[in-house]
Amino acid sequence: MDREPIKVGMAEMQTAANPDRLITIGLGSCVGVCLWDPIIKIGGMVHVMLPDSTQSKAVHNKAKYADTGIVLLLNEMINIGAKKGRIIAKIAGGAQMFNFSQKNELLRIGDRNVEAVKKSLGEQGVRITAEDTGGTYGRTIVFYTVDAQLLIRAVNQNLRII
Amino acid sequence: MKDYIELNSMQIDAIKEISNIGAGNAATSLSVMLNRKIDMTVPQAKIAPFSEIVDFVGGADKEIVGGFLRVEGEMPMGILFILPKEQVMFFMEILFSKHGPVSPDWNEMYESAFKEIVNILAGSYLNAMSMITKAVLNPTVPAMAIDMAGAILGEALQQIGEVSDYALVIENVFIEEKQEITGHFFLLPEPGTLEVLMKSLGVL
Repeated sequence: MDREPIKVGMAEMQTAANPDRLITIGLGSCVGVCLWDPIIKIGGMVHVMLPDSTQSKAVHNKAKYADTGIVLLLNEMINIGAKKGRIIAKIAGGAQMFNFSQKNELLRIGDRNVEAVKKSLGEQGVRITAEDTGGTYGRTIVFYTVDAQLLIRAVNQNLRII
Repeated sequence: MKDYIELNSMQIDAIKEISNIGAGNAATSLSVMLNRKIDMTVPQAKIAPFSEIVDFVGGADKEIVGGFLRVEGEMPMGILFILPKEQVMFFMEILFSKHGPVSPDWNEMYESAFKEIVNILAGSYLNAMSMITKAVLNPTVPAMAIDMAGAILGEALQQIGEVSDYALVIENVFIEEKQEITGHFFLLPEPGTLEVLMKSLGVL
């Protein structure tokens, strides 16, 4: 019997080793960033809520932001044996749940989160091998540390695996 | 004041009191709109980390209908009203049954009606608040979504996420006399707004 997947809550981060799975339930405009080292089969997930920690007055929780969250997760994975050059990424989320009638750039936080995640992964030299981002619906994602499959469930949609 | 977590119990009680008046107004407006008696429970004011807030509404994967609006002006905040998906049709049946059978499929008319409910609830809530604080409050037009609770709450919380890892959630449950309707009304004030509120209530 498989063990229960390890939950990653809003603005939280977790790592796991094969055969464990990581899960985030109900990602909206937040982005789930999944990192994986294929040799030692260690995975990590961070639930990024906001694009940029430098816009914030006081950063208490680094996992909340794309820039600091990704660096934090990478370091944590390296601490438990992963090698930076081998790590790949899969990302999901970044939707826009509410359709505001006024067009305010600041409200398009899903897009801004996805952009910030890509920029930060690029700066760290981590390749994105798959993504499922955008749209106007929430996602529940399950990340398998055995083979880096990312399972995506959305309301009234077929299950997807990327 | 730096963060919600620094609020003392007297300040939380003051927020509950203002919320009680606001929700009372909102329940009355809802009663008039639906022509039914609507009661409400004593409001809960909770300070919780983002990761725990979804538990208040039955978990991150519960399907809900959410209406969200922002209040601009002297006291910026977010207002979110949510209903379990299976309960929203109760409102639609009351509102539309006099025009014949009510379609179970969600449509644009229901969307407008739901937004109007959110508008009325938020308006009566904010009236109470501006009477007490004398602040000018400008609510935006509500936006709505039907999806997982985590996804909807996440987007509402992002608005205050720039300044805090905690949210102050004021929760009101509305109860219709025959059927229990657990609508949750979340008031998500920005930390600066709390200071204005505390000052006008004389508890800062």
